[in-house]
Amino acid sequence: MKLKKRSREVAEVPQAGMADIAFLLLIFFLVVTTIDVDTGIGMQLPPPPDPDQEPPPIRERNLMNILVNARGQILINEERASIQEVRQLVIDFVDNANRAQDPNLSEDPRQAIVSIKTDRQTPYEIYIDMLDEVIGAYRQLRDEATMQEFGIPYRQYQARVSREDNIIREMYPQNISLAEPDPGS
Amino acid sequence: MSKFQKKQANTKQQVPTAAMPDIIFMLLIFFMVVTVLREVELQVRVDFTRADNIEKIEQKRLVSYIYIGPEILGGGRYGDTRVQIDDALVDDIYAIRRLMYDKLMEEPRLIVSLRVDQKSEMGIVSDVQQELREAGTLRINYSTLRGDQAPM
Repeated sequence: MKLKKRSREVAEVPQAGMADIAFLLLIFFLVVTTIDVDTGIGMQLPPPPDPDQEPPPIRERNLMNILVNARGQILINEERASIQEVRQLVIDFVDNANRAQDPNLSEDPRQAIVSIKTDRQTPYEIYIDMLDEVIGAYRQLRDEATMQEFGIPYRQYQARVSREDNIIREMYPQNISLAEPDPGS
Repeated sequence: MSKFQKKQANTKQQVPTAAMPDIIFMLLIFFMVVTVLREVELQVRVDFTRADNIEKIEQKRLVSYIYIGPEILGGGRYGDTRVQIDDALVDDIYAIRRLMYDKLMEEPRLIVSLRVDQKSEMGIVSDVQQELREAGTLRINYSTLRGDQAPM
């Protein structure tokens, strides 16, 4: 009789504390979590130079030389410019074929190359500001092109088509060359 | 008058709490999944710079980080600009080539995120870039904050 009674006892886990434990864990993870999205400027570096191969010839009008010195002063094709002007200058240069058709600027957006060169002492901040402006110029050109062709901004267009089918990207490739910096003074 | 009082006295308000642990668990699981515990101890200072025309890196597992900035000496003092990969400072800049090449072999679609202090000079950044070219890790990303974002 006694034995029978014992076997009937049901083991019970108290459940009241569970919510507290869950809360504790929740608070831990809340504190620890940093939801930081990685954002930045994406670039593609050129492959290492081949000593046997001469670099391909580039016509001077297709090359836009941007020099930035250690004090943040900008020289574009031997002329001084301010950072606010850069975007418009790059747009004029790259999209010359569809705009002013200046014989000194690029023949075609596909052949246009923007070269950015800094001094070794140039602060990184200034370099990124410069790069930002150049990429902004390309983005504006691409936006205008997609608005004209499809009536949507470039970002939407990019999301819809695959990388291979992206004709706007082909039309305005980001040919940005990062030259090796000058040793400077 | 008495009618009103009676009505109020009879109502009992209770929020059911039975489902609360479930809700908490759901939140818990969300945060557990989202959390990335910081895996590297920063030995250099990295204050991000800002830019407007930036993109998000969607595939986080492809990313490998290189930190460039002044070495943290403690006590609010900073030393020379150094390069840090994973948990160690890189003494010889030419070692980056081999290090990054090994990483590229493990993950062919590697994206190198350069986390550079805004006050660093371009000389060292360029040296690192030359090494990356030699290593063959050509996809890079200059880590920046959005122009209007508060500093982290």
